[in-house]
Amino acid sequence: MKSMLPIRIAWRDLRGGYKNFKIFFACLVLGVGTIAGIGSTSSSIFAGLEAESRNLLGGDIALRVAHRPINSVQYNWIKDRAEISRVTSMRSMVHNKNTKKRTLINLKSVDSYYPLFGSLSLNRNGRLKDFLKRKDGIWGAIAEQPILERLKAKIGDIVRIGNAFYRLNAVLVSEPDSIGGIRAITRGPRLMISAKSLNSTGLIQPGTQISYHYRLRLPKNYSLKEFKNALSKEFPNAGWRMRDRNTAAPSTEQFINYTAQFLTLVGLTALLIGGVGAGNAIRGYLDGKMRIIATLKCIGAGKRLIFMTWLLEIAIMTLGAITIGLILGCAAPALISKGLSGLLTVPLKLGIYPGPLLIAATYGILVAVLFSMLPLARACSVKPGNLFRDHIIPIKVGFNLPIYCVTILSLIALVLLAIFTSHDIKIASGFIAGTAAAFLLFFGAGHIIIKFSRIVGTVKNARLRLALANLNRPGSQTANIVLSMGLGLTVLIAVVVVESNIKRQITETMPSTAPGFYFIDIQPHQISAFKQIVQQTRPIKKIIEVPMLRGRITHVKGVPASKVKSASNTAWVLRSDRGLTWNRHPPEGAKIIDGSWWNQDYEGPPLVSFDAGAAKGIGVGIGDKITVNILGRPITATIANLRAVDWKSLKVNFVMVFSPGVITNAPQTHIAAIHLDPKYENAVENAVTEKFSNISAVRVRYVLAAVSSLMDRIAGAIQITALVTILAGTMVLAGAIAAGQQRRIIDSVVLKVLGARKRDIVLTMLIEFIFIAFLTVLIAAVLGTLAGWAVISTIMKAEWIPIFDVVLLTTFGATIFMVSISVLGTWRALTQKPAAILRNE
Amino acid sequence: MITLNDIHLKLEGPAGRVKVLRGINLSIAEGETVSVVGPSGSGKTTMLMVIAGLERATSGTANVNNIDLDSLTEDQLALFRRETMGIVFQNFHLIPTMSALENVAIPFEFSGVDDAFERALQGLESVGLGHRIHHYPGQLSGGEQQRVALARAFSTNPRILLADEPTGNLDQDTSDAIIDLLFSLTDQHNTTLLLISHDAAIGRRCQREIRIIDGRISDEGNS
Repeated sequence: MKSMLPIRIAWRDLRGGYKNFKIFFACLVLGVGTIAGIGSTSSSIFAGLEAESRNLLGGDIALRVAHRPINSVQYNWIKDRAEISRVTSMRSMVHNKNTKKRTLINLKSVDSYYPLFGSLSLNRNGRLKDFLKRKDGIWGAIAEQPILERLKAKIGDIVRIGNAFYRLNAVLVSEPDSIGGIRAITRGPRLMISAKSLNSTGLIQPGTQISYHYRLRLPKNYSLKEFKNALSKEFPNAGWRMRDRNTAAPSTEQFINYTAQFLTLVGLTALLIGGVGAGNAIRGYLDGKMRIIATLKCIGAGKRLIFMTWLLEIAIMTLGAITIGLILGCAAPALISKGLSGLLTVPLKLGIYPGPLLIAATYGILVAVLFSMLPLARACSVKPGNLFRDHIIPIKVGFNLPIYCVTILSLIALVLLAIFTSHDIKIASGFIAGTAAAFLLFFGAGHIIIKFSRIVGTVKNARLRLALANLNRPGSQTANIVLSMGLGLTVLIAVVVVESNIKRQITETMPSTAPGFYFIDIQPHQISAFKQIVQQTRPIKKIIEVPMLRGRITHVKGVPASKVKSASNTAWVLRSDRGLTWNRHPPEGAKIIDGSWWNQDYEGPPLVSFDAGAAKGIGVGIGDKITVNILGRPITATIANLRAVDWKSLKVNFVMVFSPGVITNAPQTHIAAIHLDPKYENAVENAVTEKFSNISAVRVRYVLAAVSSLMDRIAGAIQITALVTILAGTMVLAGAIAAGQQRRIIDSVVLKVLGARKRDIVLTMLIEFIFIAFLTVLIAAVLGTLAGWAVISTIMKAEWIPIFDVVLLTTFGATIFMVSISVLGTWRALTQKPAAILRNE
Repeated sequence: MITLNDIHLKLEGPAGRVKVLRGINLSIAEGETVSVVGPSGSGKTTMLMVIAGLERATSGTANVNNIDLDSLTEDQLALFRRETMGIVFQNFHLIPTMSALENVAIPFEFSGVDDAFERALQGLESVGLGHRIHHYPGQLSGGEQQRVALARAFSTNPRILLADEPTGNLDQDTSDAIIDLLFSLTDQHNTTLLLISHDAAIGRRCQREIRIIDGRISDEGNS
């Protein structure tokens, strides 16, 4: 019975009201809800990917080869053991002869087995093979809506692809084996035809940039591992990229992992900012309870009982807030799934995911412990004798070893949790170090502002003197406001700076150096005619044309590529086929940073020039050997030199440039980059694609616009999370204003009694708020810009573009916001009638 | 019962160290009723706090009920107060979030008594508040709140009752009623009473009166 006493007292106390717990509660709900929401959403996506992995991959196993189909021996070996479906994909142009419109498409040909898994969604009912079959001498096709819009075509119209004509029979709403994302955007919208019709297009020529995909459905008695091993053993040099249903979308998984990690860390910052508010709220709440605590001590309550009682209250509130936060977090995937539909086509698998909820709850508990132990110890140390004097003064708590131990341990646990639940420990550690530094800086800045206001507080102007005095009077919330709003604004400014930087690179910097077009799949015999047409049609600034093949790195220094440990930012080099070229001379503007270029008449054993960044990532250097499978043939080349490649320039760049020799005679096409005035783009595209039906034009401007639009949607999601930190800061600000409200009311009444006009009081408050807001925002602008610069230059390794206009605008907006919130919060103090207050005093 | 030997107490204040008690010597026998008078700031309340173990003397010994208070830890002092003392304040200091019944029951609950609420009910009935047991302090008048405080103070049958201006916040009629009740309960329980009051009439009802000026007992005599 006695052991239940803390519970009974806590219950009675909470029954009397928990007003000051509101901010504590709100801060925890916001932080935990954000982290749980981000975790649940990423888990829903992963679960969706897992559930749809066969559909996304198109089979239990998918093989992909560039340029050529697999040979008949390979095909028959597979066909004897599993169901197999063949799909090809390539870029091409589609023409509408009625409207004279043309556009780049991602052309996909499918056989009669497609799709092995999942189903297509079309705007009309019917079977796929009926939509694609030949009727009245014209093949059928289905296309995504943007193709119809760009061609100004409608269902039933005839379009031309290469040398063949197709009737558009339906709109393709979604296909099972596609995940969306940047790749889908840059490759153009999908147009699907029957594999039987592909040859009639005339697009398949030696070296054409085409991928052959083979999707396999395994018999039930065959295990995935068994089949993969048998396939690899039978055809060790096939040169295909093999994926299975367990690794259906590694790039998407990596993207989700990184995004979730970044957003979780921003959410953690919101929780920490909320923690400051929670700590203030707990302190305020317990300050209000000191009289009760002292009374209980007077009538015989021990320290332990007091501590346990209010610890229990904090625990109840913490658990309540965490529960609500987790419920909101669970609901988040359902709420934001619509917003994600533009980014990912994977259906979210909604459900309750204990992992991220557990992490969010642990964060919540640790933050609550971190910020509540010291106020609790302070309240428990209240001297009961103070009751006799009827004034309960705040206590200076001496060194309390257990309390400090618990506080420090919770801080360590918080840091470890953030690091070990992150996808990239280095980034998480950097983020935590940055947040800790920002915490200390703002904490220091708050105290400097208080000291500064004390030093300059003896000015003659009474309003200014009063405003400055408010900043440094006992119990002033200046330090807390600077800390919490400062941190929130720093995160917001950092996010804005990073986003604006990337956006400007895509929309301003890149287009200034990028070519207007890439023309692909130019046959070697078409080169001179192609150049002639381009140069005759309109004046062009520059034309760069190089041979292009595709190949896949299969071995690095004799080690299979799948076993090579690569840095995460260069994993793409080994992941699938890469475009490659050969050249007698260094490419225009190439910077050789190690080794030397081969002689122009070199025809010896294959040498390769490698991108220096990629080489570092996969751990190769001069003299090392890499094996690349080109058209089914393994070619082992020695790295002769390393080049610094500026991928952002959007010039024709390749990871690998081979020496002339074996590769020179391989079937290949050419790629041409054309720099020209944008006003000539239409004319040049029309002239080239009219003359050469196999050549496709990729407009860089369109691709950049599509990427920019995708970036906008991603940035929107990140900005919303960053705004959560501002919301947390605003709660702390509101809490701080509420804590000082009674004092402000009395101040205002006394000043009115002494003859101050309402506008004098408003002016005093405005000076105080503007001073604190301006300094906070100024520091946040500097720190946020520095953080943004660090992310751009060290993590993203991109070029830093100073964007002071955006920072200034954000700074101005934030100052106005802070001052407005403060004025609104204190408005009640101004409207109080002195008589009513004085009567009750 | 209560023996103070050369009690000195210095406190740190904003203006430096202040000598609050400057050698208090006092002996109070069991069952004795003593009133303490003196000007504001003379050390009356501080002396009471030393006797209650709420303030530790800088020097000297405080012996209550044959226990040297200096030898007890904070938690032992809490237990000692629970078992030995009742305290009544000028501002009542009831717990606002607890009903009258819960306020009186809480010392019993601290002691782990099973029938805490039955005993608390008896206590409230003894001060004439049997009909207000479920009311919260905010719903009671000043006089009623002080009755609850008296019921709480006497609930554990304390050997000593310390009262600091118990009628300071009450009107004359209510004050008289409370003082009558206080002395009646003291008699009933044979409690030693130490009472601070500015009211000479109340002081005269005690067996002895001591006057404190500037931290010292300046005068002592029978009422």
